[in-house]
Amino acid sequence: MITLENVTKTYAGETTIGPINVQIPSGGITSLVGPNGAGKSTVLTMMGRLMSPDSGRITVGGLDVAQAKSNEVAKTLAILRQENHFVTRLTVRQLIGFGRYPHSRGRLTVEDERHINEALEFLNLTALQDRYLDELSGGQRQRAYVAMVLAQDTEYVFLDEPLNNLDMSHSVQMMRQLRAAADDLGRTVIVVMHDINFASRYSDNILAMNDGQVTHFDTCADTMKSSVLTEIFGTSVRIIDDIDGPLAVYF
Amino acid sequence: MTKLSPTRPDGLVTSIGASKNPGLWSRTWPLLIGLMVTLSLIIASLFIGVYDLSSEGGREMFLITRVPRTLALILSGASMAVVGLIMQLMTQNRFVEPSTTGTIEWAGLGLILTYIFIPQPSLMLRMMVAIVFALIGTIIFFAFLQRVALKSSLVVPIVGLMLGAVVGAVSTFVALQAEMLQNLGIWFAGSFTGVTRGRYELLWIVAVTTIIVYFVADRFTVAGLGQEIATSVGLNYRAVMIVGISIVAITTGVVSVVVGSLPFLGLVVPNIVSMFRGDNLRTNLPWVVMVGIVVITLTDIIGRTIIMPFEIPVSMILGVLGATVFVYLIVRRGRRG
Amino acid sequence: MANTMTVPVETTSNFINAKHRRRWLISLIGLIVVAVGLTIATIVYSNPMPLGSNGFWKIAEARVISVVVIAVVALSHSFATVAFHTVTANRIVTPSILGFEALYGLINTAAVFFFGALGATLTRGIVSYFFQVAMMVAFATLLYTWLLGSKFTNVHTMLLVGVVMGAGLASLTTFMQRMLDPNEFDILTARLMGNISNASTEYLPYAVPIVLVVVTWLWLNSRRLDTLSLGSAVSTNLGLNHRTELIKVLIAVSILMAMTTSLVGPMTFLGFLVATMAYSIADTYSHRAIFPISFLLGYVLLTGAYFVLRHIFYAQGAVTIIVELIGGLVFLIVIMRKGRL
Repeated sequence: MITLENVTKTYAGETTIGPINVQIPSGGITSLVGPNGAGKSTVLTMMGRLMSPDSGRITVGGLDVAQAKSNEVAKTLAILRQENHFVTRLTVRQLIGFGRYPHSRGRLTVEDERHINEALEFLNLTALQDRYLDELSGGQRQRAYVAMVLAQDTEYVFLDEPLNNLDMSHSVQMMRQLRAAADDLGRTVIVVMHDINFASRYSDNILAMNDGQVTHFDTCADTMKSSVLTEIFGTSVRIIDDIDGPLAVYF
Repeated sequence: MTKLSPTRPDGLVTSIGASKNPGLWSRTWPLLIGLMVTLSLIIASLFIGVYDLSSEGGREMFLITRVPRTLALILSGASMAVVGLIMQLMTQNRFVEPSTTGTIEWAGLGLILTYIFIPQPSLMLRMMVAIVFALIGTIIFFAFLQRVALKSSLVVPIVGLMLGAVVGAVSTFVALQAEMLQNLGIWFAGSFTGVTRGRYELLWIVAVTTIIVYFVADRFTVAGLGQEIATSVGLNYRAVMIVGISIVAITTGVVSVVVGSLPFLGLVVPNIVSMFRGDNLRTNLPWVVMVGIVVITLTDIIGRTIIMPFEIPVSMILGVLGATVFVYLIVRRGRRG
Repeated sequence: MANTMTVPVETTSNFINAKHRRRWLISLIGLIVVAVGLTIATIVYSNPMPLGSNGFWKIAEARVISVVVIAVVALSHSFATVAFHTVTANRIVTPSILGFEALYGLINTAAVFFFGALGATLTRGIVSYFFQVAMMVAFATLLYTWLLGSKFTNVHTMLLVGVVMGAGLASLTTFMQRMLDPNEFDILTARLMGNISNASTEYLPYAVPIVLVVVTWLWLNSRRLDTLSLGSAVSTNLGLNHRTELIKVLIAVSILMAMTTSLVGPMTFLGFLVATMAYSIADTYSHRAIFPISFLLGYVLLTGAYFVLRHIFYAQGAVTIIVELIGGLVFLIVIMRKGRL
């Protein structure tokens, strides 16, 4: 369970977030959606303790992310941000190996190598394991980053717009793999998403934000309603019932 | 206000022409007050000094030293401030000016080489060499800018300052070998002390370049938005860049020969002006000129009076003050995100 | 994980493959051989006294001191620069541009300025040595706690502020130098220009143990540094308190820079040169692999330049200037080719 109590954040002078009070249950995929500048990424970054809130308390799996030991937190949650630039050249395998740092402190054991291999396999990267990251396509690199946070072996996995820069087929592939991470590996996955249809098709819950406030938090089925979506995105949205479920149309 | 949206992150949003047209008077009176302040400082500059003007020969002294010195202050202050402004427009970066791009260091290297290869070079020759070296340095900087991938507004001045450091190291090495290190030091400490009749006249060249800027300034804004946008709105991008770089090199070269280096002047002045008046090129230009004159005249008066009868070089005060303002600007920008 | 299939255990190496590891090992051994050779050559070559005589050992001893100075300088610059690059996640800007040289110059100039030529001797005392070191470390620590304690944790902001502050201090220094008479100015330049054969050797007994302690600490923290090199967000995610680590490393870096600067004066591009070469030779993120290569490169470069300039060009005073020029040129070429920080 992830709880946010009275979390607020003010930055860049005027943008204000919160106060946010929300409880996200364990298990499954929860998507954070909303217009640009609503504060989705900021909230995710604060949950992943990469940024500290001005006030309020955030706990993930019972750990207060601001108070608990950083290494303990790193065994509970893993967060991946959008921009990842490294000054060193790393191979895919080396990158994933870094995901084991909280457990191994840099000395990889047989156990760590097993986790690395599983993460490689889980994201179909085994053939690419000795390639440098800068030799990979955008989609492959994104998979390598996700493999790193999965190898970290944490219950909670936070991803900031993992579909950014991915084409349609890679987006589908990525969401299927995240779905499998939730279903087969029992991870709790929180993602910031832009496409409401992708969000509704692959996640269990949708948390909508607008203007720094949580405006809606419900299951996908209850979110995919014309009235709800119109309010969330501030533009009129219709719902079409497709064979696989509802589709939002907003042209 | 009509806005041209910048294409680069952290770019200057400089609007061209104001569509809002407040009354003529309300636009003019702040300018008049500014003008009064500037004029009174100029007059103060004319009458502050060790030499007693009321004594015999005071009139001649006045004409030989005070008047040229004050004119030099006006011309170099205005022109260096304007050069800073057009460099900022051309790069769409607030932190660019001749001392954060290596231009001044190149001019210094040119001067040292002239002294080594030609014994007692004429003022004219030194000026030509300084201009040529400033031109080379500015072109290298802009060529570099074309290749730099990360156009974050902070990376550009870091790289420019490092370029300047390398060129400065070469100058130091050359000067050390030729035992001219102290000359180099004196030159880099820009000062108006020795600017007298027969020397300051060269500065009229920068008066011309500043007037040219007045007429073509808008084009630098458009050029700063990048080759593609500039070309698509019908601007001859190459020509504008060449004119801009030449103006920068000529002004920097002339001022550095007559006065020496004036660090951060071109950075501080346009930033102060836009802090108080927003970013409107047309109406800001006269302010940039005036604030440029005010800043340099004030620092010169401080330098002349603080340890009388000696003088502190203007560049030292500018360096310390400029660095402080610069740091403030960076921190302010950092806070805004 | 749900996948119960037995996976053959592979290992994750610091190097992409065996060929890379071999190349690193060969470079390391080659550098050690050259370093030993140059050390022996520097100590015994063209010693005018007959081998084994009293005079021979006197001259050899003087040269050993030069070698020790070079070792301290190479150790400090290489470890400081690599560690600094790592925690600031950049490979261009070095600690040298953060104003150490400027502060060193300012302290020395101020002494000569206020006390005349006497000040030049004043700044040589042991007390003032530790005062200079303390000033530098305090300067760096204050700058960084201020910068990192405020709301932005942007490395570019930090670097630019460092560069500009350095420029401000340099202005103050230039001004004071201008007020000096030429005699005092000469004394000062002798001090401010790095010089191996005329190092302030009286500080060696203090500098050697301090440098060794700091370098050992960095070496023991290599794996932590490996992770820090991934940047603030990723290393925080992996359980490191990035800000604390950053400040700790920066204090270590400032101590190292203070040691070397007060021994031989400022050397702006030495650290950049050896670190850049070490990255391309080692081609790995591993600090255990990078540190020794960069140190040996610095040592070989300085002893080599010292040997060649002393015995072939008879100009050992120019060692640091030559290394600086090479470093400066390499710096320009690297930023032109790379196009980013």
